[in-house]
Amino acid sequence: MPALNGQVTAPQVTAPDDCLARNEWICGKYLTTRSEILTDAVLQHLELTAVSVLIGLVLAVPLAVAARRWHWAAGPVLGLTTVLYTIPSLAMFSLLLPVYGLSAALVVAGLVLYSLTLLVRNILAGLRAVPEETRQAARGMGYGPIRLLLTVELPLAVPAAMAGLRIATVSAVSLVTVGAIVGYGGLGNLIYAGMNTYFKAQVLTASVLCVIIAIAADLLLLGVQRLLTPWQRGARG
Amino acid sequence: MKTLRDAWDWLTDPANWSGGDGVWHRLTEHLVLTVVCLVISCLIALPIALVLGHLGKGGALAVNISNVGRAVPTFAVLVLLLLTPIGKWGQGPTVVALVLFAVPPLLTNAYVGMREVDRSVVQAARGMGMTGRQMLWRVELPLALPMIMNGVRIAAVQLVATATIAALAGGGGLGRIITAGFNLASTAQVVAGAVLVAAFALIVEGLFEIAERLAPGWARGRAAA
Repeated sequence: MPALNGQVTAPQVTAPDDCLARNEWICGKYLTTRSEILTDAVLQHLELTAVSVLIGLVLAVPLAVAARRWHWAAGPVLGLTTVLYTIPSLAMFSLLLPVYGLSAALVVAGLVLYSLTLLVRNILAGLRAVPEETRQAARGMGYGPIRLLLTVELPLAVPAAMAGLRIATVSAVSLVTVGAIVGYGGLGNLIYAGMNTYFKAQVLTASVLCVIIAIAADLLLLGVQRLLTPWQRGARG
Repeated sequence: MKTLRDAWDWLTDPANWSGGDGVWHRLTEHLVLTVVCLVISCLIALPIALVLGHLGKGGALAVNISNVGRAVPTFAVLVLLLLTPIGKWGQGPTVVALVLFAVPPLLTNAYVGMREVDRSVVQAARGMGMTGRQMLWRVELPLALPMIMNGVRIAAVQLVATATIAALAGGGGLGRIITAGFNLASTAQVVAGAVLVAAFALIVEGLFEIAERLAPGWARGRAAA
């Protein structure tokens, strides 16, 4: 404590010679002294990712089902999602600026549009891969269209949908960092601030945490997929 | 609506198109960065992928590298490079980051394309007495071309996007119009820059689409076959 107070009143007298002062890439003291801002950034990162991907999923399922049911809808839905996916993230956030202003909603809206693309494509591929015999068998057992969709088609599309969900989540974790341009970038904020002040430890720590979050989210979803599709477990091994 | 009109006014003002910060200069920078980095990435990735695919080795690496590339944030890599000694050579960090993100899709698609060549065709070529080199150039490469081109297309779109983010880390290109707009708190300029970037990306994607349609039948993607 005296050292901290001393630094405020009389700087340069006892300049600490630690990894922070030397601006090293790897710095344990950075972790201990900035644990609070790191936690806040990680939480914001997780929140932005989770909210965007969940909204994307809620929108993607009906769109994919509609594209499956009505053939004329498939072309426009796939075309539009391809166009959205081609637009670079920085431009996407910028195009949404007049609508949302400098807000977290802007980042979420941009990420929803990207997740939507990946999810619609994969869910549609999953629905299309349901064998016709399976569908006919269910109809023969007296399943109506809604029951067929909910209890046969959608569960069978889960593996393809989960593959899309994993890609969408990992991409979203990475794209959240670009949200730093409007101040809502989770760990991206720390990277942006670290760039402006040449703070190596901050940039490296935040970058590594991003990758860890991406890998952890991917593994978590892989676990969820295993739980949701017990019938696939034996087949793979 | 007012913002859209302001953005339109920004785009139609000739003063915004000339000079060092003008659209023409930024557009040229973006185009040069994209093309140069695409060529460098192809020169690095394609020979490796073709040889690995021909030998049937290193598949796990070639396929997983794409997933790794997706998990690493572009922006983080740009800033990390900026803070290393590479950061001192002007566009150095941008070029290195662009190449790093363009290599994975090229490598994965070219490798998968090579491995998906019908094995019976390869065996027939071997039966005809072709050497390994002849099989690679005359049989596998032509048959893998649609997948290789698909990788080039994904890489090109990725390059345009990454070059845009490079502006956040002090790089050149059209993204600079957007970041300058944010610094000036000019929504009109931000939107105008975003429209230019989006149009650029869609034109690149469109050119590949047209090239694919014009290609001879055997060189087209599986969707067309």
